[in-house]
Amino acid sequence: MADKIETRKDISDVVISTRIRFARNLKDYPFPCRMNTEKKCRVAAIIKETVLEGKNALSGRFKYIQMSELTQEEAVSLVERHLVSPEFISDREGRGLLLLDDESVSIMINEEDHIRIQVIRPNMDLDGAYDLADKIDSLFDEQLNFAFNDKLGYLTQCPTNIGTGMRASLMMHLPALKESGSMGKISASLAKLGLVIRGMFGEGSDPKGSVYQLSNQVTLGISEKEAINNLHDIAMQLVAQERAARTAMAKNITVLDGIYRSFGILQYAKLISNDECMKLLSNLRFGVEIGIFENIDFDTINHLMVEVQPATLMKNIGKKLTAQERDQIRAEVVRTALMQKKIPANRRLG
Amino acid sequence: MLCQSCEKRQATTHIKTILNGELKEYNLCPECASKLGYGSFFGNFGFDLDKLFGSFMESFGSEKNSKRCKFCGSSFEDIAKSGKVGCAQCYEEFYNELLPSIQRIHGRTSHTGKLARSAGNEVRIKNEIAQCRYEMEQAIKMQEFEKAAELRDRIKELEKNMEENSETQKKE
Repeated sequence: MADKIETRKDISDVVISTRIRFARNLKDYPFPCRMNTEKKCRVAAIIKETVLEGKNALSGRFKYIQMSELTQEEAVSLVERHLVSPEFISDREGRGLLLLDDESVSIMINEEDHIRIQVIRPNMDLDGAYDLADKIDSLFDEQLNFAFNDKLGYLTQCPTNIGTGMRASLMMHLPALKESGSMGKISASLAKLGLVIRGMFGEGSDPKGSVYQLSNQVTLGISEKEAINNLHDIAMQLVAQERAARTAMAKNITVLDGIYRSFGILQYAKLISNDECMKLLSNLRFGVEIGIFENIDFDTINHLMVEVQPATLMKNIGKKLTAQERDQIRAEVVRTALMQKKIPANRRLG
Repeated sequence: MLCQSCEKRQATTHIKTILNGELKEYNLCPECASKLGYGSFFGNFGFDLDKLFGSFMESFGSEKNSKRCKFCGSSFEDIAKSGKVGCAQCYEEFYNELLPSIQRIHGRTSHTGKLARSAGNEVRIKNEIAQCRYEMEQAIKMQEFEKAAELRDRIKELEKNMEENSETQKKE
């Protein structure tokens, strides 16, 4: 219920997922910006072999995807599922992807750097994600010669990543802070602490679905552990601020009206565009967060937020769709997922 | 007040940044501000660090354009324009040219944290000392004084190791 929000220890009402990313390069090859496709393919082959032919428990669980062989929908869907960066699919020649069977680990080959190890975990799990990324990195280090300098640490194509080469990020749902107009101020003060916050779906001032990504900016002169602890502490402050703002808003009839209307549309609409859908799902999540819809869990909504993205929708259906067909299927997907969910009886008149 | 960069024109842009707790202030004229990449703050809010980095280096890239990296063939001008370094060797080749930008981006210039297999012995010990110091501070904060004392002993031991290492190196 609304009055208990602030004291909850579980922070899955705010933090959706955790991501750790390592940037690594091979010492004996130029960085990707100075390689032609042929050379890129050679580097990709080396990295692929290192993973697939390794003698550890993880090796058998990876599959290799040659990026140039994917259809446009399949490639875009990888971005929508946060498995690769948008940059990675802009030019797919000479690029490869190693994907763990449960999709929790993706290794991009020849993105900005030769190797980008990325681990995604649900909820807040910085230590767990870091440990796995660290383990995979150490396996690479045994087999390959990494570009490393005693003073500057791991060397990367862009100097913004040198040092640890680590970017730790938290995906956070911040509808109340966004609604109260405080994101600009927060973003400015985070910059001073060496952190950055940006919209997760769609850039700019109006991130779709109020989903933000908080990550560390500085990678040199700060150890992985310090950077993670720093990020964790700041995230907890943001969680507290967001919850306080929610508690205040939970009493606002306009906000409540918006939440109940969103639930209605999601349950009955026949056509929903992607933008509208993200907004409605965000409102629905807000409703769950302040205790209105107790029988809808965060997993369902997190899952839907990815599922309704255009390319993922088409990939799951298995064919190309027009915009209207997508809107129709999107509405169906959402309706099916929420069909059984009812507003608790005691809340209907409240 | 005169611009700190050209020392000729009137400074109208005042920039304050805090990185790792250190406050830095710059007073710049509009020309120098845009040359150093600060102009983009106002025109374009979606600025990215790569571009910022690129424009920082352009200002002093012109003198050094004759030198090229022996491994990948990049000149410093190439790096400054694209904001992308060509290869690992470039970082050695253009270390002095890159350092001011690195300092600006990260606020620090020396690595601490995980080390690759190729890292030298001395940096390994230094790194472990830095890690122990950090953990000791954390332990003190959490009032775990026994753990802090253990870490303090470990630091002393490591420092002794380092001294012995450098002494044997001198003898050799």
